[in-house]
Amino acid sequence: MLHLERLSKTYKTGETALHEVTLDVPKGQILGLIGPSGAGKSTLIRCINRLVEPSSGKVLLGDVDLARLGKTDLRKQRRRIGMIFQEYALVERLTVMENVLSGRLGYVPFWRSFLRKYPAADIQRAYRLLDRVGLIDHADKRADALSGGQRQRVGIARALAQDPELLLVDEPTASLDPKTSRQIMRLLTEVCTERGLPAIVNIHDVPLAQQFMQRIVGLRAGRVVFDGPPEALTESALTQIYGEEDWNAMRAGDAEQAAAEAEARDRIAALAK
Amino acid sequence: MTTPSYPTTWRRPPQIVKDRRWRLALQIGIFVYLVLAIGSVEVNWARVYDGLERGQRFIMGFLQPDFSSRWRDISQGLVESLTMTLTSTVVGVAISVPIGIGAARNLAPRWIYYICRSIIAVSRALQEIIIAIFFVAMFGFGPFAGFLTLSFATIGFIAKLLADDIEEINEAQAEAIRSTGASWWQVVNYAIQPQVMPRLIGLSLYRLDINFRESAVIGIVGAGGIGATLNTAIDRYEYDSAGAILLIIIGIVMVAEYGSSYLRKFLQ
Repeated sequence: MLHLERLSKTYKTGETALHEVTLDVPKGQILGLIGPSGAGKSTLIRCINRLVEPSSGKVLLGDVDLARLGKTDLRKQRRRIGMIFQEYALVERLTVMENVLSGRLGYVPFWRSFLRKYPAADIQRAYRLLDRVGLIDHADKRADALSGGQRQRVGIARALAQDPELLLVDEPTASLDPKTSRQIMRLLTEVCTERGLPAIVNIHDVPLAQQFMQRIVGLRAGRVVFDGPPEALTESALTQIYGEEDWNAMRAGDAEQAAAEAEARDRIAALAK
Repeated sequence: MTTPSYPTTWRRPPQIVKDRRWRLALQIGIFVYLVLAIGSVEVNWARVYDGLERGQRFIMGFLQPDFSSRWRDISQGLVESLTMTLTSTVVGVAISVPIGIGAARNLAPRWIYYICRSIIAVSRALQEIIIAIFFVAMFGFGPFAGFLTLSFATIGFIAKLLADDIEEINEAQAEAIRSTGASWWQVVNYAIQPQVMPRLIGLSLYRLDINFRESAVIGIVGAGGIGATLNTAIDRYEYDSAGAILLIIIGIVMVAEYGSSYLRKFLQ
């Protein structure tokens, strides 16, 4: 379904965030991406929908190479990839319904989205998804009136509204308490199984990853150092991924974050051209 | 048991000029300049004494404002001013929005960014009175020149603050909308607009009452409105009518001030 081939990313600061990553994600597989901060997890999933521009390599979704698309084609292909974010990234002043419908933006012309006149099928789908994540009564509330767990459910509904073929999930539970984290992970794996949807989940909570993922890929300093089922994730495998106590890597993480943000800004600028 | 002896006093280290001698020299320099500058101001005390009497008459007029004898002029000036204020704010804001979007570094391509920023710079560099004099020369006396002046000044104000606000939005929300395959316009409508709208409305209301105050000032150079009426009253030494006009201006500004701050609180 998704095939990454020798994918590399070097930021303008000269930092190599990804080094020739080759990875296959078959249909229906839920893959957990673990690794220390700064290992390139965020960069990897952002290279797939090109919120971060990969430096070299291929990103094949089906038989389309996403890394080589022009602006218009990229927008079309992005519709096939749903993304769920760490801090939910809902538009807080919009209603829950608008947030879910925003998953349809790639499908509707500007005037429809501007007037909030979505096709009946889209509205029906949005209600169905809100019902699925248990928030149908909250449709007209503003997104910032919801709790963290509820917001992440809206985030999931928004991603599913795209009718995606792949889900990219960036630290979905990082700002949630342990119990809510488990509920969100359960919901995520359920909706993926229901739809046979492959997903790449960045997750730094190793026990949570072992509990919910079908396959674990360990990333360290931009390279794949582990790839196997959760049971194979032994003490020594973890040491290989995380190192004994690699504090330098954590600091590098901050630098990578800053570089990714700078890149994101440039991306909008480029999009505007 | 040995306790290491920590110091008991602490002073905030100097933040700007580190060297003590330079600091002293700077302070003395500023003081000397201040003394010399004040010494160079020429004051004609005889003229000040004359002026005191005029000032007294002015204050007496203020204390006995005459609303009635020039009411027709005053009401006409007021209507002109209010029309000017409202129309120029609406037109100014309408023009500011695209310029503000264009002047946001994170949304616009480089060349559009520079064009919009220079429009803003020009608008902000020229003070209202200067623009008013220019427009009065171009279009003659009257409120049309005033309307153009205020619209022009509004662009610099709103577009700059809007652009700065757009540059400070939460980037994650824009990223999320972009990842759905949204177009540039859709990103602006769904990710940017909800984040900056309350502030844009607040700024527009604030600009509305600035424009009213400015309309009184630019009237003095011939751009119509209540300022022109005020100027005529002062020229005719009718300080009681001038007092009435000032009181009305103060009243309207206060109403606008409270009204807009109430509305802004309501909108947050």
